[in-house]
Amino acid sequence: MTIRLGPVGRPSRAGRALPLTLALGLLCAVAGCTSSPPNSTITVGAAASLTDVFSDIAEAFTAAHPDTTVTFTFAGSSTIAEQVRQGAPIDAFASAGTAPMSPLVGEGLVNGVVDFATNSLQIATPKNNPARIQSLADLPNATYVVCQLEVPCGAAASELFARNSVPLAPSSYESDVRAVLTKVIADEVDAGLVYVTDVLSAGGVVTGVDIPAEDNITTTYQAAVVRDTGASEAATLFVEFLTTDEAQAILAAAGFGAP
Amino acid sequence: MTSSPARARRVTPIPIGILAAIAVALLGIPLIGLVLRTPWSRLPDILTSPVATEALRLSLLCSVAATAVAIVLGIPLAWVLARAKVPGVPVVRALVTLPLVLPPVVGGVALLIAFGRRGLVGQYLYDWFGVQLPFSTAGVIIAEAFVAMPFLVITVEGALRSADPRFEEAAATLGASRWHILRRVTLPLIAPAIVAGAVLAWARALGEFGATITFAGNLPGVTQTMPLAVYAALDTDREVAFALSMILLAVSLAVLIALRDRYLRRGAS
Repeated sequence: MTIRLGPVGRPSRAGRALPLTLALGLLCAVAGCTSSPPNSTITVGAAASLTDVFSDIAEAFTAAHPDTTVTFTFAGSSTIAEQVRQGAPIDAFASAGTAPMSPLVGEGLVNGVVDFATNSLQIATPKNNPARIQSLADLPNATYVVCQLEVPCGAAASELFARNSVPLAPSSYESDVRAVLTKVIADEVDAGLVYVTDVLSAGGVVTGVDIPAEDNITTTYQAAVVRDTGASEAATLFVEFLTTDEAQAILAAAGFGAP
Repeated sequence: MTSSPARARRVTPIPIGILAAIAVALLGIPLIGLVLRTPWSRLPDILTSPVATEALRLSLLCSVAATAVAIVLGIPLAWVLARAKVPGVPVVRALVTLPLVLPPVVGGVALLIAFGRRGLVGQYLYDWFGVQLPFSTAGVIIAEAFVAMPFLVITVEGALRSADPRFEEAAATLGASRWHILRRVTLPLIAPAIVAGAVLAWARALGEFGATITFAGNLPGVTQTMPLAVYAALDTDREVAFALSMILLAVSLAVLIALRDRYLRRGAS
């Protein structure tokens, strides 16, 4: 078989460079190396327990600042703290608890820290509480899950059990508070330790069992601007927005306490 | 006009070379990074820590058990797929190979729907026998067998198809029973494929993460296998995560070397 080489068959210089151009273009599209207009889009890394309320807050924020788009990445706070440390493109960080935030402050990786909400723990049970969990003391005889101890809800749960002298022996340490809630909703466990706000946001599909305030653990939520962000202005605006009356009203409606 | 196909094949066009180099970098740099970041001096301490030894023990136990399940159930399944003259075999084949391409998390969700304590089958296991597979070591083994078995089935089925039927026919004409032929002719013929399939399945089971954490949860000593321990350690002590990752990398490398004749040989079929 012969190959005809001519004006038709021979690829042009531009044609030969096309795959490379395409590859680099794709890389830029994914990694975001084009220079976009400053402050147009910010990414907020936020604790999993903020998943629902932050969508509402983003809506209110965008209404007040139409030139700014807010996108979120939700995970366990310690996971996001690690991502910030690794230089992930996160412009602002909202942490459940001070433990994931403090080291970042110490390392100078974030600034402008504000307390913007508090939350406490509640026992979530499948709808109508089939195992009839009344208090923390019932958990040792039930199947229950908590967050892994590395994330704030897990640390708070561990502290809660210790304070109430109940041995901590869950069936699983879930990766974040949403994973705990999922196991409860699926009725795979009799109970799960989550925040008050998670029970509220789940609507009627789970039943909450209150823990008396004097026995409970309060988690303070903090937000800060990541130092190496290209959108520090918009990120600062967002962090400051969290303590405005408007945002505080949205947080209160979702069950969060005032800072 | 004479052109030399051999010469044309040897010359690599520059754009292809560049893209291939990018591909090598994409695959290679993360592995180099892992090797560089591994805390070699702390390695003995980390690997003898309770978290690591528990995770290692559990990973070995579960992956070997899952491989055993895959062998016991997978070889008969491969035989049926290759030999049985019943309608619907292509559908069954598609079904059993699905876990190969299914995201493991989806597999975990599906397992929960099937074998969770409110699941299709799981509710009876729970109500009648009090058996709850999620959050148990048995649950880990099931999750791993779910994702690993297709590797064995496909490998063995391929061998059964390509095995020369004349050996079996000869044995039959010499009066051997069907069971005898299976044991003394067919199985020895496909033994290399069974070994290769088992090693592949074992490696896949060892690395299983998504289905396990979704279906079986994460409890040290019960369901926290190596990949789950790596994930949890990232939040506490990253050097532990790197060290455990290094172990999994070394095991993967060993598997690749063990199967090199099958996959690394130039132009291997």
